[in-house]
Formats: sequence, structure tokens, C-alpha cells
Amino acid sequence: MGAYAIKRIASAAVTLFVVATLTFFLMFLVPGGPFLSEKATTPQTLKALEQKYGLDQPVGVQYVNYMKRIVMGDLGTSLKMRGQEVNDIIGQRFPVSARLGAIAVLIAIAVGIPLGSVAALNRGKWLDNIIMFIATTGIAVPSFVVATTLMFTFGVKLHILPTYGLSSPMHYVLPVMALAFYPTAYISRLMRSSMLDVLGQDYMRTARAKGISQFKSLFKHALRNAVLPVITYMGPMLAYILTGSFVVEKIFTIPGLGSQFISSITDRDYPLIMGTTIFLAFLLITMNVIVDIAYKIIDPRIKLK
Amino acid sequence: MEKKNNFSFQLDVTDFLPADESEKQSMVIMRESTSFWKDGYRRLKRNKLAMISFVVIVIVLIMAFIVPSFYPYSYEQQIRGSENLGVMEYSKEEIARMEAGEKVFPHLLGTDSLGRDITIRLLMGSRISLLVGIVASVIILVIGSIYGSIAGYFGGKVDMIMMRAVDIIYTVPDILIIILLSVTLKYPLRDLAEKVPGFQWIETVGVGLISIFIVFSLLYWVGMSRIVRSQILTLKEQEYVVAAKALGASSSRIIRKHLLTNSIGILIVTTTLQIPASIFTESFLSFLGLGVSAPMPSLGSMASQAIGGINSYPLRLLAPAAMISLIILSFNLLGDGLRDAFDPKLKN
Repeated sequence: MGAYAIKRIASAAVTLFVVATLTFFLMFLVPGGPFLSEKATTPQTLKALEQKYGLDQPVGVQYVNYMKRIVMGDLGTSLKMRGQEVNDIIGQRFPVSARLGAIAVLIAIAVGIPLGSVAALNRGKWLDNIIMFIATTGIAVPSFVVATTLMFTFGVKLHILPTYGLSSPMHYVLPVMALAFYPTAYISRLMRSSMLDVLGQDYMRTARAKGISQFKSLFKHALRNAVLPVITYMGPMLAYILTGSFVVEKIFTIPGLGSQFISSITDRDYPLIMGTTIFLAFLLITMNVIVDIAYKIIDPRIKLK
Repeated sequence: MEKKNNFSFQLDVTDFLPADESEKQSMVIMRESTSFWKDGYRRLKRNKLAMISFVVIVIVLIMAFIVPSFYPYSYEQQIRGSENLGVMEYSKEEIARMEAGEKVFPHLLGTDSLGRDITIRLLMGSRISLLVGIVASVIILVIGSIYGSIAGYFGGKVDMIMMRAVDIIYTVPDILIIILLSVTLKYPLRDLAEKVPGFQWIETVGVGLISIFIVFSLLYWVGMSRIVRSQILTLKEQEYVVAAKALGASSSRIIRKHLLTNSIGILIVTTTLQIPASIFTESFLSFLGLGVSAPMPSLGSMASQAIGGINSYPLRLLAPAAMISLIILSFNLLGDGLRDAFDPKLKN
């Protein structure tokens, strides 16, 4: 177990290193360096700026400095929002996105698992067909389509839900629905197929033969085993919620990290783009490692390598 | 009857008697033997959902690639005086022209704020989405199958090193890197197109499109290579590979003629399912303003531009949104059908 965890953490560290290196060298592809969009810069100020940020040094030295700063947790300074540290911006914006994302994850799990199980138990009947139709459509619809359609129906046509900001609990309804739609559909499909798989297992027949009630056999045997694949989906789901948040926060004008990331792209605020990328990559990779290790602990049948 | 000695070389005369009718009958081929393709196609035909999706895809392909060439409007043409028309509406000028006896092609879905016909923009947008989906998937197929088959075939240290690299790329958060690359790749590509002779075609295809191709093929081939590798690992133990080796076939010949050919089913299925995934990502990028550059429309960018006017012109948002969902859904369903039809593991 310990060996596996160490191996997994080491490979995650390598991945993070690759991401950080990639961001550094991509920064170099941008012509004129990070000060390209500065208006009315005289050669002198440009030089002063370059000196201040150490951009006049050779690439190797810059790379080492950059890596040192990242390891220390310093992601640099924003270009557009003068004097603001990237760390501070993330610190302000991230909690908003995290709350939204966490609610969406909970909703997706709380809705997806029962839906998938119900579909599996009613295999081939109309209920199964309806659930699977919705779920199949659900994974084909990009998040911006879901978000805009929800906004259009409930916000614009029916006027029953607010469409921007996050000032009251009601404001959470539409963005959370938009974010949770795809993962819910995906979990339902996943849950259905794994539930069908489990229901066909020998231990289920044994359990029933021993006279355990239907209820108990479903909850104690079937559900606990069938839920395992959903745990492996946690990693990709977090990634999806994260990218979904870019779109959803933009559409519903929510002051989270996602909308911040998008506006930093349109502003070409390179330090902010790079900083946010590294932060989010760190977050995702860490979460994936935790999910992977948790999965091995939960399911002892998986061989520990 | 005398017991036959198994070690005797004496021939059994009864083996050489002329065959009687019943024996002849058993040799008659009752049904034509089916090939791999026919077999798969037969199963696919039975899957109604997949066939409907296939027809939808063909129709969308025709609309996106053939119809625009004789459509009376072009996607960048700004018709003065016909801004913000609704469905099937005509501007005053056009009504005047119609009264003068001229034929004016209707704006089926109206026009946008710059007087561009929305129908043709929708078709061109679908063309971009399909192009991205198909070209990116083919690039991914080529890179992934070459890489995966080399790793799988040679095994051992080669495999270990190649697959460690894949593992690392696999854990890199794809969307973040894609966004990062699309933000930064445009400059060097533009430089390349302007300064280096022989690269002008980049400008013709479009810097945005090329950078999307590069970005997708850099990141998404890893999934394909894993699938191909695992397929090759089981296939290379087969007798026909040993036979080919004994006959002196080179490694590349075995990979090309035996291993990849025999994993064709899984290659087709994975590529078909890769197409909607690529379209999904492309629309997401265009929605964020990172896809193809204006005036070229993309379904994602059309939807994103329409959000501001959602109160007055909902159709401008709903049309591209419906189109993108339809395309992705059809490809998903067709891919599922193809998997059921061609993937031998799921045959039973």
C-alpha cells in the first residue's frame, strides 16, 4: 500500500513538473514576452520592467528562478490588475468556484446513482428507456448548451430564477444544474451498467438463496459493489466540473476562478493564465492521486502493485 | 474385424472409395461465408438507432460540405439593409427587388446584426466542427496506432519507457494544456506562415484551426495508443504472427499486415468515438474565443456571440446549440453501434 502511494505521488510530482516546464516554455513563444500588451512602453521602461522581473537573464537562469518561485508557491503578478498577486486573485476567486463545484458534485452523485440503479432494476422497461434516453442525450450536450438553454427557459422565458451572480441560494440553482447535468448523466450510465453487472453475479444469487430480503441484498451487496466504478469516475468528473465552470461562470457572470481564467485569456494576461493553469493542474493532479489511492483502499480486490 | 494397428503405414482402402450422396451433401456450402465487414455490417444494420444516426451524419455532411458551394449567400457576406432579420423575413430592399420580379432567396433562419445569413453560417460552422472532429481523429489514429503498436510489439524495456511517457501525458490535465497551447501557439504559427516559404498554406487553412489540430494531436493520441497497445499485446501471441516471423517477415510488415489489420475493428470504433469528443472540445474552445478566427464561424463561437442578445434573438443561440448537440449525439450513437457490431469482445 505505502509503496503504491509513494509511486503514485512521485508520478504526480513528475506530471506537475512537466506542466510547469511546459507553461514556462510556452510563455517564451509569446512574442515580446509578457509585456507585449503594455501600452506606450518606452524602451527604457521596458528594460526596467525586464530587469525587475529578471527577463534580461539567460533562459536557463530564468527557468531555475521560475521553478524556485513556483515551489515556494509564488505564481507571479498580474499584468492587467496592477499590483495584484496571482496568489491573491486565486485566493479570492477560488472559494466561490469550489463551493459551486462541490454542490454540483454532490448533486451529480446523489441523483446519478439512484437513477442508474433504478434503470438497471427496471431493465428494458419504459422507466429504463426514459432514463437512458435522457442520460445519452445528456452526455452529448456541451455544458455551454445546457447552461444557455437553462438560462433561456428559466431566466428569460419563465422569469422564475435569477440568471446572474450568486447573491442568494436561488442564484445557485441554474449554475449548479448546468454544471451537474453532464456528470449526472454519465454517472447514471456508469451506474446502470455496473449495477447490471453486479446483479448477474453469483454472490447475488447466493445472498437471495440464503433468504436475505430484496431490500437488504440490494443495499448491502449490489449497491456497495456497483458503486465502485463511480469512484474511479471522480477524477475525470472533477476535471469536467472544472472546465464546465469556465463556461458556466462566464454565462451566469459568477465571480469565480473560472470566469477569471477566461477573462485573463481574453485580456492576454499571461502571468495570470500561467499561474491559474499551474494552480488548477496542481489541484486536479492531487485530487486524482487521492481518488486513486482511495479506490485501492476501498476495493481490496484490486491488486496493489 | 481385425483391430487396426495405429502405427501401421498401410493405407486404409476405405478412405479412397467414391463419396456417396450424403457425404457430398455435407460439403455443399449452404450459405455464403461472411467476411468480417459483412458480418459487422449485418449487425450494424439491425441496430436502428445507429443506422438513423448514420443517415443523420450523412445528411449533415452533405449540408456542411456540398450545400454551401451553391448557396446564394456566403458566410462572410454582409447584406446591407438586411440586419437582424427574423426567420423567413425580407428587408425593404429585398421586397422591392421581389416586386420588380427578381427572385430573392429567403433567409431561412434570418440574419445576424451584421446582415449575414444565419443559415449559411450555421452550415459553415458545422463544416468547421466536422472538419476538426474528423481530421483530429485521423491524426490521433495515425499517431496513436503507430506508437501503441511499436510499444506493444517490441515489449520489454521499449514498452516500459514508451508507456511511462504515455502515463505522464495521460495525467496532465488536458483542457488546461489545450487552452494554454491555443493561447500561445498562434504567434509562432503566424510567424511560420509569414516568414518561412512553403508554409503559406497555414494562413489558408487558418491559424486557429491548425493550432487546434496540433493541440489535439499532441494530447489525445495517448488514449488511442493505450488501446492499440493492449490489443497488440494479445494479438502478437497468435500463431500467425509466429508463422510470419518464421517466414522472415520484418517487424514493420508484421505490424502493418497482421497486427493492425486484425485490430481494425477496435481502431474504427475508437476513432468514431474520438470524433464527437474532439467536436465537443472544439466547440468548448470556440465558445471561450480560442477556436477558429473570425469571420469564419464555428458553432461554439456563434453560440457565444448570441448570448448577449438572448432576449431578442433566442434562435441565434438555439440553432448552433441544437446543431452541435445533434452532431455529437449522432456520432456517439453510431460509435456505440459500431462497437457492438465490430468489437469481438462484446459479441456475446
